[in-house]
Amino acid sequence: MSTTDVMPETPETPPPSMSSSRRRVGDAVFSYLSIGSGLLIFVTLALVAIFLTTESLPAVRESREFIGESSAFSLLETTLPLIFGTVLAAAIALGIAIPVSIGIALFISHYAPRRMASGLGYMIDLLAAVPSVVYGLWGGIWLVPKLEPLYIFLNSTLGTWPSWPGFVPLVGGQPVVALFAGDPTAPMRNLASAAIVLAVMVLPIITAVAREVFLQTPRLQEEAALALGATRWETIRTVVLPFGKSGVVAASMLGLGRALGETMAVLMILAPGATFSFHILEVGMHQSIAANIASKQAEASGTEMSLLIFTGLVLFVLTFIINALARWIVARSGVKS
Amino acid sequence: MNVRKNKLVSLAALGLVGGLALTACGGGSAAEEGNGSDGGGAAGGGYAELTGNLAGAGASSAQNAQTAWTESFMGLVGAEGGDLSVTYDPTGSGTGREQFLSGQVQFAGSDAALDEEELAGSTEVCNGEQAIDLPLYISPIAVVFNLEGVDSLNLPADVIGGIFAGDITKWNDPKIAEANPDADLPDLDVVPVHRSDDSGTTENFTDYLSKSAPDAWTHGPIETWPIEGGQSGDGTSGLISTVEGGNGTIGYADASQAGNLGIAAIQVGEEFVEYSADAAAKAVDVSPRAEGREENDIVFDLDRTTTESGVYPIVLVSYLVVCGSYADAAQGEAVKEYASYITSPEGQQTAADNAGSAPLTEELSTEVHEAIDGITVG
Repeated sequence: MSTTDVMPETPETPPPSMSSSRRRVGDAVFSYLSIGSGLLIFVTLALVAIFLTTESLPAVRESREFIGESSAFSLLETTLPLIFGTVLAAAIALGIAIPVSIGIALFISHYAPRRMASGLGYMIDLLAAVPSVVYGLWGGIWLVPKLEPLYIFLNSTLGTWPSWPGFVPLVGGQPVVALFAGDPTAPMRNLASAAIVLAVMVLPIITAVAREVFLQTPRLQEEAALALGATRWETIRTVVLPFGKSGVVAASMLGLGRALGETMAVLMILAPGATFSFHILEVGMHQSIAANIASKQAEASGTEMSLLIFTGLVLFVLTFIINALARWIVARSGVKS
Repeated sequence: MNVRKNKLVSLAALGLVGGLALTACGGGSAAEEGNGSDGGGAAGGGYAELTGNLAGAGASSAQNAQTAWTESFMGLVGAEGGDLSVTYDPTGSGTGREQFLSGQVQFAGSDAALDEEELAGSTEVCNGEQAIDLPLYISPIAVVFNLEGVDSLNLPADVIGGIFAGDITKWNDPKIAEANPDADLPDLDVVPVHRSDDSGTTENFTDYLSKSAPDAWTHGPIETWPIEGGQSGDGTSGLISTVEGGNGTIGYADASQAGNLGIAAIQVGEEFVEYSADAAAKAVDVSPRAEGREENDIVFDLDRTTTESGVYPIVLVSYLVVCGSYADAAQGEAVKEYASYITSPEGQQTAADNAGSAPLTEELSTEVHEAIDGITVG
């Protein structure tokens, strides 16, 4: 971890500037306080990383990959399906949430009357404040039975799509990527339900950031587009969206971070399993890392606990990678505009 | 200042309790140390002297019962002038046993008794003696189902095994129909529901299946569900809501949590037995004690294949793990009083009211109290 490199620096902070001998005390105190707060983030992060690493070592040491005995448990076999489930759920959630969020954000920034826009924005922010356990209850008790007819419809009509040979790899005669295929059984505690609730949960974050970005669009550019005869839609497409692209990407990555780490809602909705199935309507096929830790930690001890912490470390690293990716994307598209 | 005041109060209470105890029980003076664990009335005396903190940890399944016990016990102690705090941390059986063996807590609750290795290791924290297991309560596990138009079901063990192993897939399967000639069984998929978290309930349920239907259930007794896929729920409440959410679902859960779901009668010998507190307690009565253990280490080797009439064999026995000897006299006394209280008829009733467990039979309760009396202190 690169974060551990920060550790040695933490006790000593370099004095900011020595130029003036008549500096006020308040200045110095405030500058030290703010530097301290900044460093605190690194220390916290480093401590979490150290905890995860040291606590997961016992599991690594006893794993099949390390000692080479086939009777030992496998780190890869435990972790890979969980990573798959986590990423798949988050990806589907974002797939639903991003278009809707952009729609809401554009409505607020460009279509809605001013008074309505501020009211709507307030409500979106409120949605972000609802605790995830409430979403979990709502999803598990109310939403899941309501989704049943939709899933059965999707399964019966699109269940075999896309099954064109040559287009999608087939395994055992079943198209691998046929999302709606399989055998859904009620109650629909499947990945699709979990992803839908996750989408609702990440919606406010993405919407709030995207709205702010769209509102920053230079007025002159928009007016220029309108003056050239562009319709409102054309203005948005040619001016607002290109301008806000990097902001939308950043917002999506924030949402992705939440979707990856979300625990309670997934725990309360999903009937878990550990496979690499793309059949999102089938129950007992997927599980996310965070929900798995929450569900197993109560009765885990010794190596089991260590293994759970190892999966936590994997999630930590995964989140890091995705954040780095997001920064890279934002930086790259930022240069262009 | 505070301490002195407390002492005064407890002295006064001591006299009061001594008098009460004399009149109430006709014996067991409170002045006599280490008394009060005499079979029946746990409130024999000595509560006034209890001070300090008692910490326990272990099975999350025992949380409801332990919460009720700690609260009512602290109330009793407080009423007699004692100042004792008892806490129970539902960390899970395994962690609870670990914390007990490392001396972090003075007692542990566990869905499984200590094994040989753990017993041997316990001498370090138990003043040179081994730890002992005491049956705490008996929890019947019900086979619950949600099937429209069917309110009662008779299920032989091999049918339950076949259902949960995934071999019986339709409700109108001849094997189910044979045991239920009167039921109108639909042509509907059977949806078995299991616990998604690791659980003592799963372990005891699969232990029952592997012993009474070894051909139908070949996975043995396990804590983590061995079959990939399928419906599941997190915790007892999650499982119940999953079973409630579908049609044709069947699961297993702590009987007290079954709610409005149908509960299957289990085949024992030639008859079908519905679960009841009595039938569950009988399952322990007909079971032999586990071999190779000390006299006061009361562990049962549950007889899942009994054919005795009126016995409900799918039960979970929750154990209390305590030391055979405590170096700290105050702590030892507190543990003994607490253990006596929770295994007394009064304590068992509290658990039955709050956690829906089956009380220990009188005979077993007496045995447990004898074992508690054998705990040495100081």
